[in-house]
Amino acid sequence: MKKISRRSFLTVCGAAAAAAALTACGGSASSASSTAASASATASSAAGQAAGTLSGNVATGGSTSMKNVIAALTEGFAEVEPGVTVSYDPTGSGAGITGATDKTLDIGLSSRALKDDEKNDVDGTVVALDGIAIIVNKDSKVADLTVEQLKKMFTGEITNWKEVGGDDGEIVLVGREAGSGTRDGFESIVDVKDSCKYAQELTATGAVISAVEANPLAIGYASLSAVGDTVAMVTVEGVECSEDTVKDGTYKIQRPFVFVTNKSAALSEQAQAFVDFATSKDAADLIRTAGAVPVNE
Amino acid sequence: MKNTTSSLRRVRLPRTPADWLEAVMNFIFFLCGMLAVCCVVLISVYMVVSGVPAIHKIGIFKFLFGTKWASTAAEPLFGILPFILSSIYGTLGATILGVPIGLLTAVFLSKAADPKLRTVVVTAIELLSGIPSVVFGLLGMQVLVPAVAKAFGKASGACLLSAIVVLSIMILPSIVSVSVTALNAVPPEYEQGSLALGATDTETWFKISIPAAKSGIAAGVVLGIGRAIGEAMAVMMVAGNSPNMPDSLFRSVTLLTTAIAKEMSYAGGLQRQALFSIALVLFVFIMLINVVLNVVLKGGNRDE
Repeated sequence: MKKISRRSFLTVCGAAAAAAALTACGGSASSASSTAASASATASSAAGQAAGTLSGNVATGGSTSMKNVIAALTEGFAEVEPGVTVSYDPTGSGAGITGATDKTLDIGLSSRALKDDEKNDVDGTVVALDGIAIIVNKDSKVADLTVEQLKKMFTGEITNWKEVGGDDGEIVLVGREAGSGTRDGFESIVDVKDSCKYAQELTATGAVISAVEANPLAIGYASLSAVGDTVAMVTVEGVECSEDTVKDGTYKIQRPFVFVTNKSAALSEQAQAFVDFATSKDAADLIRTAGAVPVNE
Repeated sequence: MKNTTSSLRRVRLPRTPADWLEAVMNFIFFLCGMLAVCCVVLISVYMVVSGVPAIHKIGIFKFLFGTKWASTAAEPLFGILPFILSSIYGTLGATILGVPIGLLTAVFLSKAADPKLRTVVVTAIELLSGIPSVVFGLLGMQVLVPAVAKAFGKASGACLLSAIVVLSIMILPSIVSVSVTALNAVPPEYEQGSLALGATDTETWFKISIPAAKSGIAAGVVLGIGRAIGEAMAVMMVAGNSPNMPDSLFRSVTLLTTAIAKEMSYAGGLQRQALFSIALVLFVFIMLINVVLNVVLKGGNRDE
């Protein structure tokens, strides 16, 4: 745990240093920033403008799946507020919500929607959506699957493609390694946690896609943003996976990325600035490059 | 090392520029020598310090002989027997495939090939040893894995067999180059004697040259085994990486190296510590192989 936070701290430092170097090259930017009096107000609209005046630390932690999104947001935020460090402790969504509830974290991170009883103490702000596409080889005849079928396929109950409308052939399940956010997301949404019978476990989204591309009997999952036209996406219960269907909630295999904040305690200035930044339009592209679907555009 | 330090102490102030240069260079040599020693000591200490806690927490028996690895489950299981067995089988398989090929190549290069052809083959083998493992993996993934699936009528070719094939190719250069050196060092009188007694070339190579060079050849084999057991990247791209027991050549397996490499990036807590423990086990394996190598080399010296 310690190592990871140290590493993310270094990332933050690196990003801050890079931002500082850029600012120095830009010249006038740093002097302009001193005029910005109310920093939290400027933060939401300030990306690309002058560097901010806030300093201090924003403690975030929770969902391991949100690692990439947080890393991208942190990097972007460092350009706006170079004085603020954002720490991130990947402890899991449950720990993130608990951290926000007992105020050990400024912002808890959860990759599932808050339950009703949790909403008594904390507020949730959805910053992004995670759409997970189900991909098959281009030669596959299967174009649509239900969540139930996916569940049976990945747990090994259905082992032949002809049982779901394809050609005769053994289903080859391609997935990610244990600890991957995409795997965690897929397995928890389809309800196949820890019971998948993978033929291949690969360490990158790109590797999953190329494995599916190479094997006509393969099926896998990958972040929506990473899927190109080398493989075919199946529709889930008739709904195609796209940014639009993820956003309007009709595509089933998706989950929200939530910022969890305590109701009874006001956020620190820098934490508020980070939340504002994350929900601003400027962050949309950052979130997209991190592989998720932005909600505010 | 000792001489260097004592001479440094004795010659407090070198008088001429040449003396100065000598002293400075001595010091630099000493530092370089120490650097390697420090690295080995640091790595050993670090491996033990970071690997032992998880083994302690999980229980050494459960860790080494547990048959199920589910590091991110609600109730995580950390049994690395499947990894250990896969590593052993993979290395053994690569040795079984690679050693005969490597040995015959070495005999060919050392004894049979005409000089022009020898230059070509030697260059090719040197190039083979220089190819990065990720390239082996890439080729394995794109060519070998589909070929294995097709040849054996399996749905997926990412399995133990593919890993063995890739590893056996990767260990060829070490086996060949060390064996060639050993075979070249066999005194020509031995072979001439054999030929003079009426043995054919082939009989001479197999009954005289190879037995005479056996300790060098064995060293090559052990080096090859060391490379095979430590390889991660190429194996990760062809072996499938599911934590299964290697009960079939066509099973998707995880080796010790790939178990660490694949989960490290997102691991936390006990899972991360357990990965260090796997590294410790791998470290012990490689140390054992080194000990064997030393014994083999010493045995060779006694023969001569």
